[in-house]
Amino acid sequence: MLDYTKKEPYERTALRVNPAKTCQPVGAMYAALGVHECLPHSHGSQGCCAFHRMFLTRHFKDPAMAASSSFTEGASVFGGGSNLRTAAKNIFEIYNPKIIAVHTTCLSETIGDDLNEIIKSIDIPEGKFIVHTNTPSYKGSHITGFSNMVGSFISYLSVKTGKSNGKTALIPGFVNPGDMREMKKIARQMKVPFTMLPDTSGVMDSPMTGKFEMYPKGGTTVEEVIELGDCDQTLAIGKFSSEWGGQTLQKKCDVPYKLLSMPIGITQTDNFVMALQSISKAEVPYELEEERGQLVDILIDIHPYTYNKKVAIYGDPDTVIGLTEFVLEMGMIPKYVLTGTPGEAFENEVKGLFEKYGMKDCQVKAYGDLYELHQWIKNEGVDLLIGGTHGKHIARAEDIPFIRAGFPIIDRYVHSYMPLVGYKGGMRLAELITNALMDRQDRDSLEEDFEMVM
Amino acid sequence: MENANVLEDRKEFIYEKRDGCGGNGMKCDANSVSGSVSQRACVYCGARVVLNPITDAFHIVHGPIGCASYTWDIRGSLSSGEELYRNSFSTDLREPDIIFGGEKRLTLAIEEIAEKHHPKLIFVYATCIVGVIGDDVNAVCKTMSEKYDMRVIPVKSPGFSGNKSVGYKMACNAIMELIACHNPKKRKGVNILGDFNLAGEMWIIKDYLNKIGIPVVSTFTGDSSYETLIEAPAAQLNIVQCAGSSTYLANRMEEEMNIPYIKVSFFGIEDTTSSLIRIAEALGDREARQKAIDFTQAETEKLQSFLKQYRRNLEGKKAAIYVGGGFKAISLIRQFESMGMETVVVGTQTGKKDDYEVIESLVGENTVILDDATPAELEKFMKEKGADILVGGVKERPLAYKLGIAFCDHNHERKHPLCGFDGVINFTKEINSSMNNPVWTYIQAEL
Repeated sequence: MLDYTKKEPYERTALRVNPAKTCQPVGAMYAALGVHECLPHSHGSQGCCAFHRMFLTRHFKDPAMAASSSFTEGASVFGGGSNLRTAAKNIFEIYNPKIIAVHTTCLSETIGDDLNEIIKSIDIPEGKFIVHTNTPSYKGSHITGFSNMVGSFISYLSVKTGKSNGKTALIPGFVNPGDMREMKKIARQMKVPFTMLPDTSGVMDSPMTGKFEMYPKGGTTVEEVIELGDCDQTLAIGKFSSEWGGQTLQKKCDVPYKLLSMPIGITQTDNFVMALQSISKAEVPYELEEERGQLVDILIDIHPYTYNKKVAIYGDPDTVIGLTEFVLEMGMIPKYVLTGTPGEAFENEVKGLFEKYGMKDCQVKAYGDLYELHQWIKNEGVDLLIGGTHGKHIARAEDIPFIRAGFPIIDRYVHSYMPLVGYKGGMRLAELITNALMDRQDRDSLEEDFEMVM
Repeated sequence: MENANVLEDRKEFIYEKRDGCGGNGMKCDANSVSGSVSQRACVYCGARVVLNPITDAFHIVHGPIGCASYTWDIRGSLSSGEELYRNSFSTDLREPDIIFGGEKRLTLAIEEIAEKHHPKLIFVYATCIVGVIGDDVNAVCKTMSEKYDMRVIPVKSPGFSGNKSVGYKMACNAIMELIACHNPKKRKGVNILGDFNLAGEMWIIKDYLNKIGIPVVSTFTGDSSYETLIEAPAAQLNIVQCAGSSTYLANRMEEEMNIPYIKVSFFGIEDTTSSLIRIAEALGDREARQKAIDFTQAETEKLQSFLKQYRRNLEGKKAAIYVGGGFKAISLIRQFESMGMETVVVGTQTGKKDDYEVIESLVGENTVILDDATPAELEKFMKEKGADILVGGVKERPLAYKLGIAFCDHNHERKHPLCGFDGVINFTKEINSSMNNPVWTYIQAEL
């Protein structure tokens, strides 16, 4: 399949081959879908909106609704102000959302549309809202876009009244609805009242009702976003996707934030639980302790199969950091760790993990691509590949077991309902990893070594 | 027409067939309304879907990463040789490039490919942003072509410069640029235009033509390569399958290379049969014509018992169609009719006026015909008309499912060939298996 991938490294400064990221607006669109009765709006040409909807639809297998300013040549010369004004009028008239969340595209950014000014000039119906965020596609990645949109919801809407609502703002990061549900479950178990922003559970994993709902039941309500200003603190999950939201709420409404790693694996789930405990002072319920104990039990059972196995992990930074730490906890070697999102912090964080677990000869790269990852693997192979669908070519070319975790997964089903986070997520990952390795062992074993009991 | 769920500006794009009133006044081939949740894509997307199946070309997307990443391996078009086209190449423009221009980066990117891989053919797609910052992509391509003695062809496809069909045109221009300077000796055979070898459909068509003794010179662009494409001027006739994307190319080849063309369709028994016979006739090949008649008769007969067996499952059911081009919609209406099914909603993304006239003549009373439909409109009309199945593309699938309506992908994501006689079997089975799946019975059941 990827026969043309050259083994010997060669200098590439301008050419990106097989990206491990995509552009900001799709992240912004995903975040906006996590607000109830929100219609995301793409301010640019039609293709962007169609691509992003297709991309999200392929991952979640659910409709992703969004409108477009449908730029034509005229708009790109004279500015897209009138397109957005027409769009807003049409959208409120026909789709009747509570709120429109506009994100820009590389086109509207470059022609210099001033969204603040345009939105001010729009006659917004009573009780309705328009927010916007700037998401130039040539900066950061889809993770940046997600983080920007979360920040914009807060900076537009959240208000501090001075009276605490006793809640915690929970920013879950760019994760699946299944992960959000798991984080909410743990927060409830730890008796911490919270508002999660964004919350795509119920939206991108909505149940079958026989009706098409433009705005399914799920999502953070606008009122809840407003009231974030009265929260006592924020737990921002994942530096890359959530810190900006935490900072924005702190700056605007004086709500202090605590930054946590994505709660994947034992250590980071413990940290998440402890952070919740420090808020509520509640005892960790037996159910949660039991889950943790089960996860540890599982890791003990499977350790002969996982120990010292070499893994390559790629995808979004917060998820990849979490996965890296978890495979380290399992005694595996995260030989190659790569994200397409730019940012030195990623490399530093992963290097810190390498050091903590005494890993030598492991490589990490931010702002990389899958061609490079493939080259690394060609030079020294791994036992397992973990990441989104686009790695399947490498897995096939190099004949490596492959598990799909992260975004996007466009060639498998059910994944978005299932968590990677929490102890439950750890159990699921442990199962996926072990099954992949053991299936491989079964496949490769000689007839005389083939075993019924493993 | 009167509909609460339809934007005022959209009403002219929708038409319900009624006694005595012709639908020729229906609006189409226009830009989408701002704020509409359109199912349409952009110029770049149109260009990319046409050119991407050229298997041994480097397709470099000059722009920020999104355009390349969303179209990575976009078509599901298969290759019998090279697999290069299934990778994603981009200049991944960053902020400094936007400020200082991206020409330098593009030059470097082409050089990085040229020096390592020595390709014959590179396409450079100019996206929205490149149109705005004003990179001289033509000049870069020309310089690089000369420096490395390879073909580097610019594809002018800024997303805002029209809609998807403008992108088709830009792709056709790029193809013309590639082939126009070649002058191979004329020989017997046809070029197939507008087939992208989705699920291997091109191979079926080639096989049929082979059976009736008509050689295929070149294919645009399914399973094609640099070497096969430049042979195209040698052909006697162009046959155009996807009219929306390739009629423009056929016209240019007729004018500039003297190759006439006919429009064909290989969807359904009726269209496959008439297309094969018409190709033989257009070539003036009486022997091929007779072979086509014999072959299609034999194949049709073979299908009879199969179709009969399924007919009782399908008879009387209602279909909704929402596809890219008008020609495919027309074939599908005929195909459903031959299965005993009625088409109650039919729409396209890029249909032309004459397509809609044919559609209107084929469908029954009260069928809704719509151009560039929004999900809300599709929902409304499918429910109103009681459609049992929707035939559409990737964005329509979850919409149909959410409504509890069966679905068949007749777009990039088709999983088995739907063309020709083989396709009739696959299509019928798929329609049946989705529509008559037990899963639908759980929807209304109370706990």
